[in-house]
This record gives sequence, structure tokens and C-alpha cells, in this order.
Amino acid sequence: MNIRAISIYIGYLLLVEGAFMFAALGVAAIYQEQASLVAFLMTIGVLLFIGLLLTRLRRGPGRVYAREGFVTVALGWVLISFFGGLPFYISGYIPNLLDAWFESVSGFTTTGASILKDVEALSQSMLYWRSFTHWLGGMGVLVFMLAVVPLSKGSGETFHLLRAESPGPSVDKLAPTLRNSAQILYAIYIVLTIIQVLLLVLGGMPFFDSLLNTFATAGTGGFAIKNASIAAYPSPYLQLVIAVFMALFGVNFTVYHLILAGQGRAALKNGEVRLYIGIMLFSTLLIALNILPQYGSFSKAALLSFFQVSSIMTTTGFATADFNLWPQFSRYLLVVLMIFGACAGSTGGGAKQVRLLILLKSLKARMQMMLRPRAVNPVRMDGKQVKEDMISGVYAFMAAYAMICIVSFLLLSFDNKSMETTLSALAACFNNIGPGLDLVGPAGNYSVFSPLSKFVLSIDMLLGRLEIFPLLLLFSPSVWRRRA
Amino acid sequence: MKIVIVGDGKVGFTLTKQLSQEGHDVVVIDSNPNVLRTSQELLDVAIVEGNGAYVSVQLEANVQTSDLLIAATSGDEVNMLCCLLARKLGCKHTIARVREPAYDQQLRLLKEELGLSLSINPERAAAREIFRLLQFPPFLKRDSFARGRAELVELKLKENNPLIGKRLFELGDLKELNALICIVERYGEITIPSGGFKLLEGDKITIAADAAELARLLRHLNISTHKTQSVHIVGGGRIAEYLAAMLLKAHVRVTIIERDLARAEALSLALEDALIINGDGTDQELLLSEGIKQTDALVTLTGIDEENLIVSMFGNYIGVPKTITKINRTEYYSVFANMGIDTVVSPKLLTSDEIVSYVRAMANTSGGSVTALCTIAEGKAEAIEFFINEDAPYLDIPLKALALKEEILVAAILRSRKVIIPKGNDSMQKGDTVVIVAPTGDAIFDMRDIFINENPKLGAAEKE
Repeated sequence: MNIRAISIYIGYLLLVEGAFMFAALGVAAIYQEQASLVAFLMTIGVLLFIGLLLTRLRRGPGRVYAREGFVTVALGWVLISFFGGLPFYISGYIPNLLDAWFESVSGFTTTGASILKDVEALSQSMLYWRSFTHWLGGMGVLVFMLAVVPLSKGSGETFHLLRAESPGPSVDKLAPTLRNSAQILYAIYIVLTIIQVLLLVLGGMPFFDSLLNTFATAGTGGFAIKNASIAAYPSPYLQLVIAVFMALFGVNFTVYHLILAGQGRAALKNGEVRLYIGIMLFSTLLIALNILPQYGSFSKAALLSFFQVSSIMTTTGFATADFNLWPQFSRYLLVVLMIFGACAGSTGGGAKQVRLLILLKSLKARMQMMLRPRAVNPVRMDGKQVKEDMISGVYAFMAAYAMICIVSFLLLSFDNKSMETTLSALAACFNNIGPGLDLVGPAGNYSVFSPLSKFVLSIDMLLGRLEIFPLLLLFSPSVWRRRA
Repeated sequence: MKIVIVGDGKVGFTLTKQLSQEGHDVVVIDSNPNVLRTSQELLDVAIVEGNGAYVSVQLEANVQTSDLLIAATSGDEVNMLCCLLARKLGCKHTIARVREPAYDQQLRLLKEELGLSLSINPERAAAREIFRLLQFPPFLKRDSFARGRAELVELKLKENNPLIGKRLFELGDLKELNALICIVERYGEITIPSGGFKLLEGDKITIAADAAELARLLRHLNISTHKTQSVHIVGGGRIAEYLAAMLLKAHVRVTIIERDLARAEALSLALEDALIINGDGTDQELLLSEGIKQTDALVTLTGIDEENLIVSMFGNYIGVPKTITKINRTEYYSVFANMGIDTVVSPKLLTSDEIVSYVRAMANTSGGSVTALCTIAEGKAEAIEFFINEDAPYLDIPLKALALKEEILVAAILRSRKVIIPKGNDSMQKGDTVVIVAPTGDAIFDMRDIFINENPKLGAAEKE
């Protein structure tokens, strides 16, 4: 285990976080928020101090292998979410350290589950920081670090970091060097963000609100800055812009890179994106028909339905209506949509559409094989064969996913909440969505849970964002053994 | 620069490593996903799985916008096809590895049609290297510069060598011989020595010398040089075929021991004057009966490193004056360097040296271009040859007044066919070819890289 290399990477990570916090400090200065200013200043001080201390370390002779990559990512995420929660705690807006950590984890993992009963009571700078954690956590803090800090110098070791942080069963490098790949990803991300802010401002949303809502959309997070979430902006134009951009941020970013490279045709043929859009449109139609009696007009029902489906599938968690009050079919369909979530390589969460696609295809191949035992039936996706180890990787992921659900479910049951609340809270946190049903529906929040449940849900959010294995491996003794 | 490398084998990997560490954008194509995975984990490169001679695969690797494609798969035909295709797609330069002797000869006819910038033949390069070493057996390594006029030679200081125990400034007579000690290797560490450095027995030294003075240098150093008149070669592969042809031309007696009967017969047809023995070259009795005790040099060229090592060690044991060992896996060099295996040839490293120097020459267009590059002292240092074709601030200033980076040495200057091994008062001039010796990590791409700062003059920084 190369502790020094891990410490250096984490040091840079904390420096990046500290640097971004200066923007929140600026907001606090502009709005003259005394308590927030002090809280940010203290946190930045701590981050820079530890960061500089760690990055001063000498690298030493050891190399970085897969396990160092996993440990860096897992530890890094635990630490940045801890420090990201400090301002809430120091400023007194969230007086409990566990609650502050929960809120911060929820931010960085782009979940958007909140323990705050009254969001509007937060200061402007706290709101800014809370939404900004979505933006940073969406594309990944380590990816940002790889884009700005020249760490690799020709060696491929930082690839282990990218692989451990990026969502999806496999990682594509967009450019030959990691640094360029990370830069391309962030460039696409930033451009899309700017476009959305402009469109929202054009629709009459105040600039500050536009920026913060865009942060939450881009990271597919879902922290609202109004108690009524997006329903606070009644303009259909604004709701439609947000709904469309949520869907866009849930698409695999390699597709945008292909389009930019002039290969739009290949991008359209991407099986995962087709499945994603297909499920999204079909579910929108089903729910629109189902809630039609409640709203009367089809266009209104369709808009509400599209917004909610887009919000849930991309694992954002914004709401324009209290879907908790919708018919049972619509409510449960939304929960089902939570499980597979968005595309791999996007900012969204869940088990990813590509895994669903591979599961379906391998299931089909399996059934064919039962009928014709000697037929050769490779699983194909986008014109290429899906190799056996990728398929078994998907199976292993789904098995681990189910196991974690079961354990978390039992731990949450100590709170004596209804089955609907418990299960939907678990699904909403593990898949990084935010709102669930019943007590944790769009109108409710997570303050109803005990400290144990909040802790379990926080861990679930991290497990969901890092796709289980990095965090799980942190607790495997063989990772920490000196000699592998 | 954007570089695509087809074939992730021994040569491909060495090249990928070197070029990606020099900061180029490298994409590797291979049909074996396992070797690609290793490359991606160890190096910062992109990978594409598939046959490099397919258009679809080349397009996926963005060959059409690349500056250079290097085809280093095991198949000559595939390599040529890759390059042809890449040129059609719009790749600016292509390099193909072509090793089959027959293809190699006809390549001159095809080079233009194939659009090849460079073709490399690792086996022939290795054979030439071995041949040059056999010309002067005491040297462990010879690298030539300035179109063969200057050389860097490696030598191990054995007992009775007059240099042992001397400090460098005491070696005035060496300078009269137009020679300079550039690098000393001791216990695996390299030093670019200064005047007070004391030489010890067992040191490996690299000397820059005038190619015409090599024999005189050896005589001066008390090293007996008897001419190589007979050579035994174990293993009859392509290198053996090239080498035997060169040796026979120089009237050296050649014995090749080859295990495979069909191959032995083919060799016998191709090399009329050579003695071809069909048998196992690792068999002691066979070696002894074929007169290995009386031979001047033993060259082990089988395809298996372990066999080469064992046979060479046996050769040393029974007192063959010179053994040369071909090694593919150079990572283990330091392990067996202490076991008497001192002269080692690696086709892989020779090939990658040639390509890397070509790439560096492509990469810089001004400030003197790289015309040759060799790794020396087991890859821990590099000798780089520049041609100075423009006016530069460092010209016409005595070397002792230039602020060179630490551990960088101007080893030789070639001016109008004359080799100058420079002393403090010599200076570089426009039109010179200059050989620089530097530690490997420095990555010298340009003459300007050898100075501490923008202003090459010594003391310029302090004056400000």
C-alpha cells in the first residue's frame, strides 16, 4: 500500500475543494453574511493547511496500483464530504455534525436528500455552497483534479483513479492522455451549464436562482433553494428547460464528444442512449395518462409527467408537483425508474441503463441457449461483443447492489417507519435521487430519521455514487495488508 | 505530437513507454485485449482493440489526424499494409518494422509507393551492432555518431588497466588521443564525472573518441586486441543470417549451430562459406566438439533468453575471449550483469532508439535538430546528436563559459569531417554536429534544453 501517494492525491483533492470554497466566501461577502463568512473562512483555512501539508510529502519509490486507486477515491470522498459539511455546522445552520455530514454527502453524491425542514432559512452563501457541491460531485472531484493538476507525467497510474470514480461498468478515455480526457469532459460540462443558465435567465428567473438551479440540474443533484422545489417557478418554459437539461445531463458524455467530433450518426446508434430515451418517453406517456383525471388537461399532465420522469430517471430529484399524491401506479413506476437511473458516464446515479441493457441482452442470449444449446450467441452492444468478464461484472454489481439493499433495509427498520417510507428512502438515497414516497416525499424531508438511519443512508449515498466497490473494498482486509 | 502505435509487443511497448513519457499523445492498437490493458494501466495512453490494418480500427484510433504511425506487429505484410492505409487516410509520417531479409531488400523499390518515412529492421540493426563489437572485442558497447566519425564506447576497467586509481585531471595524455571519459558506472549508479573523480577497478566507463583512433586508444590503455578471426554463433535466426553475411564478407570464419534441420539447410544455402551445424547449441559436448575452446568469439542468438545466458556463461567459463549475448527481456539486465555477461545486445532497445531519435527530430524544427540518439549505460543515460543549422546565442562561446545544466556534457563536436573531443576552450559553431550526453530523465529535445536558463552564458543569472 502506497500511503504516501494516496496522501498526496488526497492533499490535492482538499486543495481543489478549498479553492472552490473561495467562491462561496465571495457570495458571503457580497451578501454580508457574518456567520457564513467566518464558517467558510475557517473551513478554507483547515482545507488549505491539510492540503498543503499533504502535497508537500515526498512521493517515494512505490507505484500506484488498482488498490491505491480505490482507496484514494473512497477515502477522498469521505473526507471531502466531511469538510464540505463543516461550514453548515460552524455557522450554526445545521447544529448537529452528523446532520451536516449527511447534507454534504447528499450534495457531493448528487442525491439531494435534505434534513432541512426550511431550506429558505439558509443564508445565500450556504445555499450557493450546498448547490455547488452537486456540480462538483456530479462530474467528479477527482476528474477535476486530473484535469488541472499534472500528476501523471506519462505514467498510466492515475487511470486507476478515473476508473474508480467514473460511473458505469467500463471507462473510455476520450483522448490519449488522461489530463486531456478530463479536460474534455469538464469542457462539455461547463458549456452545457452556461447554456442552461442563459436559458433560465432569459425565461425570467433571477440570476442567482438560475445559477443554483443549474448547478443542481447539471450534477443531477436536486437540492432546491425553495421549499416548494421547482414548483416555486410556475412558468412552463422554465420547467421545460430544466426538465430537458436534466435529461441531457443524464446522457453518456462520450455521446457529446462523438457529436462534437462530427460522428453524430454513431452517437445516435448508441444502444444505451436509445434505451434511456425510450424508457423516458414511454414512462412519461404512461404517467401522463394515469394522472390525467387529476389535472384535466393533457398538456399539463404531460409536462408534469415529463418533468417528474426526467427528474427521477436522471436521479436529480426536483419536483414540480407532489407526486406523493399521485395514483399508486405512477408512484410505484417512479420508484422502479429509480433503480436503473441514468446512463453510464453521465452525472446521474442509479445502477445505470447500460447495465440494464447488458442484463436484458444476456438474459435473452441465455434463453436462446436453452432452446438451442449449440447455437453460438454472443451478446452484442453497439456492434461489438460484450465480453464475458463485463457481463459477469454486471452480475456481480447487481448482486452486491441487492445485498446492500437488504442490509440497509433491515438497519433502517429500527426506526419503525412504514414499508413505503423505508423502502423509498433507501431507493432514493442509494440511487442518489433524493425524494421518495410518504414521509420522505417531495413535501417531506429526512429529518424524521434517527441518527443511525441517517448514517446508514449517508453510507448508501456514497456507495451509490462510487458504484459500491471502491467503498466496499475499503473494508476488505486484503486492501490494507502490507504485502499483497 | 499525435502518434499511433500498431502492435503492443516487446518493441511496441518499449516505444509506447518512451514516447508517452516524452509527452506525446499515444494511441496503441493491438488485437490482444490483455496486453492493451497492461499498457493502459502502466502508461497514460489510449487503447484501441482490433486489427491495425482495418480502416475501421485506424479511424477509431484517429489515424487520419495523427502525425505518425508506427507499425510494429509481428507480421511484415501487416506492417506495410498498416502504413499504406495510414498514408491514404492522411497520416503525415509512417514507420514500418520489416524484418524478413527478402522484403528488406525489395523495400527500397517500394518505399515511395508505401509512403514510408522510415523502415526499421531490428534484426539487421542487432547484427550490425554485434559486428561492430566484434571488430573491437574489448568494448562492451559501441555507438557511432556523426556518420560514423565519432564513437561512444563502453569499457570495463579490469586489473592492469593504467587508468585504475587515477583521477581524471591526471589523464592529460588521454586528451591527446582525442578521447574523453563521459560516464562512469559503479555499482549500478552512473556519474558524469568531474576532474577530481577517481577511477577504480570494476568501473564501467563510456568514452567519447574519434572513430579513427579506437585502435590507438586500446593500445594506450594496455588492452590487447587480437583480431577476431573465427566466430561461433548459437541459434540460426534472422540476426545470425545477417551477422554471418557481414562476418563472411570481412573474411571471418563462421560456425552456426542451429537446432532445426530445415532452417539449417536454408542457412547453408544462403551462406555458402559458413559452417552450419545441425544440433542443440546448449549441449556442452557438441559445443566442445565443434571447437568452441579455440574460437575467438561466441555469439548466442537463440530465441530464448535463458539459453543464451547459460551458453554465454559456459563460454566465459571455458575461456572464450569474447561472448555476446542477445537478450529480449532487458529488465533483468542488472541481475546478470555481475555474472560475467557484460556484452549484451537487445534488438528491442536498438529499434526503439532509432524510432525515438526520428520522432525527436520530427518534433523540433528549429534550434538544431536531433540526428541520432542512443541510450547508454543500460538506459540510464542518453547520447543525443544535434545538427546546429542556425545562429544561436550559445555559438562561438568557449564551453567553460557556458552555463550547462548539471550532469550534461558536450561529448564531441564534428566540424568539417574533423572530430573534436572538446576541452574548455573549444566552442560550438554553426554547421557543427554536436553529441550531448545527459541522464535519461532529462529528455533533451532541443539544444536550448541543455542550458540552465534562457541566457546560455555562465554567470548571466547572477549578474541580474
